[in-house]
Amino acid sequence: MGYFELIIACVFVNNILLAQFLGNCPFLGTSKKMETAVGMGMAVIFVLVMAGTITWVVYAYILVKFGLVYLRTIAFIVIIASLVQFVEMFLKKSIPALYAGLGIFLPLITTNCAVMGVCVLNIDKEFTFLQALVASTFYAVGFGLALVLFAGLRERILLARVPKPLQDTSIALITAGMISLAFFAFQGMV
Amino acid sequence: MPKTLVQEFTKGLWQELPPFRLVLGLCPTLGVTTSMENGLGMGIATTFVLFGSNILISMLRSVIPSKVRIACFIIIIASFVTIVELLMQAYTYPLYLKLGVFIPLIVVNCILLGRAEAFACKNNVSSSMADGLGIGIGYTLALGSLGAIRELLGHGSVTVWGHLSYNLMSAFPSYHPFTFMVQAPGAFICLGLMLCLINAIGD
Repeated sequence: MGYFELIIACVFVNNILLAQFLGNCPFLGTSKKMETAVGMGMAVIFVLVMAGTITWVVYAYILVKFGLVYLRTIAFIVIIASLVQFVEMFLKKSIPALYAGLGIFLPLITTNCAVMGVCVLNIDKEFTFLQALVASTFYAVGFGLALVLFAGLRERILLARVPKPLQDTSIALITAGMISLAFFAFQGMV
Repeated sequence: MPKTLVQEFTKGLWQELPPFRLVLGLCPTLGVTTSMENGLGMGIATTFVLFGSNILISMLRSVIPSKVRIACFIIIIASFVTIVELLMQAYTYPLYLKLGVFIPLIVVNCILLGRAEAFACKNNVSSSMADGLGIGIGYTLALGSLGAIRELLGHGSVTVWGHLSYNLMSAFPSYHPFTFMVQAPGAFICLGLMLCLINAIGD
């Protein structure tokens, strides 16, 4: 598979939120306002690119080499958690403006299954290093895209009169289903 | 007022039913419920991890320093997930392949960290055990029922476990399977409608 196809597959066809169902908690949690959605999207792109490549390197050069493949889950979650902590401290010290924007979203990323999910998928699909880098970047872009689209719709839903049992999460899920249906049309493109 | 063990157990079945009442742990709820068997398998795996991690965390609650507690919880949970992964590879390999990426992702399921933080690190071992089992069984039933509905509508038949199955087409020969329900958009819409139903009953 060429890199162009890989990009299209990651952003649209196998969209991490709408086709693979990873990272749905922040998807529903941070999409009530456009501002928080953009912040979360940026934070995920920032962390996922690093986490995807670092976990790939650790898996290929440490876990496989020493026959420790069964420790994958523990190793990955520890890497992601410490990476998030490190990024947070680094941003606080050196780029305070970016920290102010991403700040509260960074700790939430540790338990975002999209990050862990992409790291595991990169390994399961036996990607090369460059493919893993491209896939991590564009899965994250797809996450951001879906989140921002969804936040735009949810802001409009706030103005609508929704029947009481359907309010909040319920109508949000049905709306997400509609966006997912739109993304479903990309199936078969690659 | 301290609750009895029975109350700790039963609250997970309705009052704090994870995917519907607390709206936590949605990724596996949407991702694996294409059939009842997958839903139940995922639920049982999660229950095992939740039960084990709740016990261990409540046993160690006085030893774990509160500043690094989240990291400790994650390591404990990740160890149990690794155990489940290895057990499933050994005994239920086809199911392991079907659930795929969602098994290692039990680590980042918000329910587990949520229960560890909100319950197990503050309560004794026996009530944490009851809590873990109750929430886990509630989660299994929720995933199983969502899986059953989607499979029934999408394929026209339900496989409970092994050869135990029910075919809708034999009762209603004119029924045409509604494949939409087992595909990605159907998951969101089905869960949304189920939440709506639960809200309507609960309030």
